Amino acid sequence: MKEVIIGLEVHVQLNKLRSKLFCSCSTQYHDSEPDTHTCPVCLGLPGALPVTNGKAVDNAIKVALALNCNIEEWTMFYRKNYYYPDLVKGFQISQYDYPIATNGSISLDTEDGERAIRIKRVHMEEDPGRLVHVGTIDKSKYSLIDYNRSGVALLEVVTEPDLRTPKEARLFLNKLKNILEYLDVFDSSLEGSLRVDANVSIAGGKRAEIKNISSYKGVEKALLFEIVRQNNLVRRGVKVVQETRHFDEVRGITISLRTKEGEEDYRYFPEPDLVPITIRDRVDDIKKTLPELPDAKRQRFALQYGISDNHAKVLISELGLANFFETVATEVDANLSATWIADVLKGELNYRDLDISAFSPAHMVQILQMLKKDTITEKGAVQVIRTLLDEGGTPSEIVKRKGLLKIAADVSENAVFEVLAENPAAVQDYHDGKDEALNFLVGQVMKKTRGRADPRTVSKLLKEKLQNAPDNHREA
Amino acid sequence: MITEETVDHLGWLARIKLTEEQKEKFTDQLNSILGYFEKLDEVEADVPPTHHVLGLTNVFRDDVAGQSISQEEALGNAPKKERGYFKGPRIV
Repeated sequence: MKEVIIGLEVHVQLNKLRSKLFCSCSTQYHDSEPDTHTCPVCLGLPGALPVTNGKAVDNAIKVALALNCNIEEWTMFYRKNYYYPDLVKGFQISQYDYPIATNGSISLDTEDGERAIRIKRVHMEEDPGRLVHVGTIDKSKYSLIDYNRSGVALLEVVTEPDLRTPKEARLFLNKLKNILEYLDVFDSSLEGSLRVDANVSIAGGKRAEIKNISSYKGVEKALLFEIVRQNNLVRRGVKVVQETRHFDEVRGITISLRTKEGEEDYRYFPEPDLVPITIRDRVDDIKKTLPELPDAKRQRFALQYGISDNHAKVLISELGLANFFETVATEVDANLSATWIADVLKGELNYRDLDISAFSPAHMVQILQMLKKDTITEKGAVQVIRTLLDEGGTPSEIVKRKGLLKIAADVSENAVFEVLAENPAAVQDYHDGKDEALNFLVGQVMKKTRGRADPRTVSKLLKEKLQNAPDNHREA
Repeated sequence: MITEETVDHLGWLARIKLTEEQKEKFTDQLNSILGYFEKLDEVEADVPPTHHVLGLTNVFRDDVAGQSISQEEALGNAPKKERGYFKGPRIV
């Protein structure tokens, strides 16, 4: 396998803000008609003046701190000039020479251990509008434009070319998303909240830039396709050219965008309508408000609760899941909680495409308490979880309704006696050393108790009784 | 040094169609403007660059959502519109 080199430019919307970056239009446009959340500023009407949203700057600093960046002394906005229908002013207010932060890193859990992925820079800019193509992109006669998104605060995070596989790229994005959600500056569930440009080259060749990737899985898909494409070229002895390619999410392929030479001629110059921002004096206050971040939480979970690092890793992967675990673990045994939340509940949620808010921590506590008291079996507990997710209700009511209460030992014992009496042949087989006879007998008991007996207890009871049961050979 | 090719390219970037006459004229004009600005190269290198002329820093507004204009108003000056959207050329 030839060496693959990947770098990402990730654009995330600071969509927890109430208003846009340079005007007070609301950011809550996701369920609205097109062009209903605009004003002269975000429509780029002549004479309208931008005013910076102070909280957007604070949120950007928060992110920069969490990404271990060097926060610059001061920062300013530039105009990035280009023509495109989604860009109202003919330029995008962005940052160029004095970005808000540089030189950070994210520690990534890769397949060959932890590795630091360097962050080159973090900068602020405004989102353009949303283009809607009528029909497919290459067949539509015109485009429709919705400017509700125009002017929403974006943060661009640029990595160094430190990623080596498409999977690592996806892991990186998940980790970034995780950090942003901990910081409460980002909601990844909103449409259009994340867009990625990925640069990839193989074996020291020229790199291709893939634009327009808008999902976490899409990044991996686009890169896989692109690596195969470049490998095929190299194998045929064709040189890979440096170019910009467009990712077609539907077809899962990248297409060359034929661009005129020198199109990247953005003619940046300082934005005269906005004044510089001094950041340093804001940093100390913001540092104090930083929450515990995923890596720190992972370490604390392992130390404080004595759970395995693997469980800790799963639990911290979403803030909601981490909080859910802590709520439950203060009531019942932490290791039991970790196992049932990280392994069982998380699996059931994923299967149903639900997140942790679909399950009540109080219900989890009740289920685990029943398990601990041995009043339900593990199989029963799984059934209760599934029923709660599919039909709702409460654990105790479900246990009653579905008859999941583990039955008392004497009932099991009666069933064991009955089964032994009814199946002399199997008993004989057992004495003849046929192990499967025991399994058969356990099965019969489970049938009799409608699955409510605990198979391990039944097996133990059977063995005991069988020791004392008549062995026809010995009697003869 | 600005050549006619540069002006041609600038014209394309700005989406302005230029006649041969205009290209010649603008090449001359832009060169004389650049020559005028070369004066600045005589400034001592230790003078900090001027990033903004106002001397102000940190002008912010609070993150409060305000009134937007209606869809009708937003589309008021649009030469072409459709179903509440602005209608523009197809760009690939």
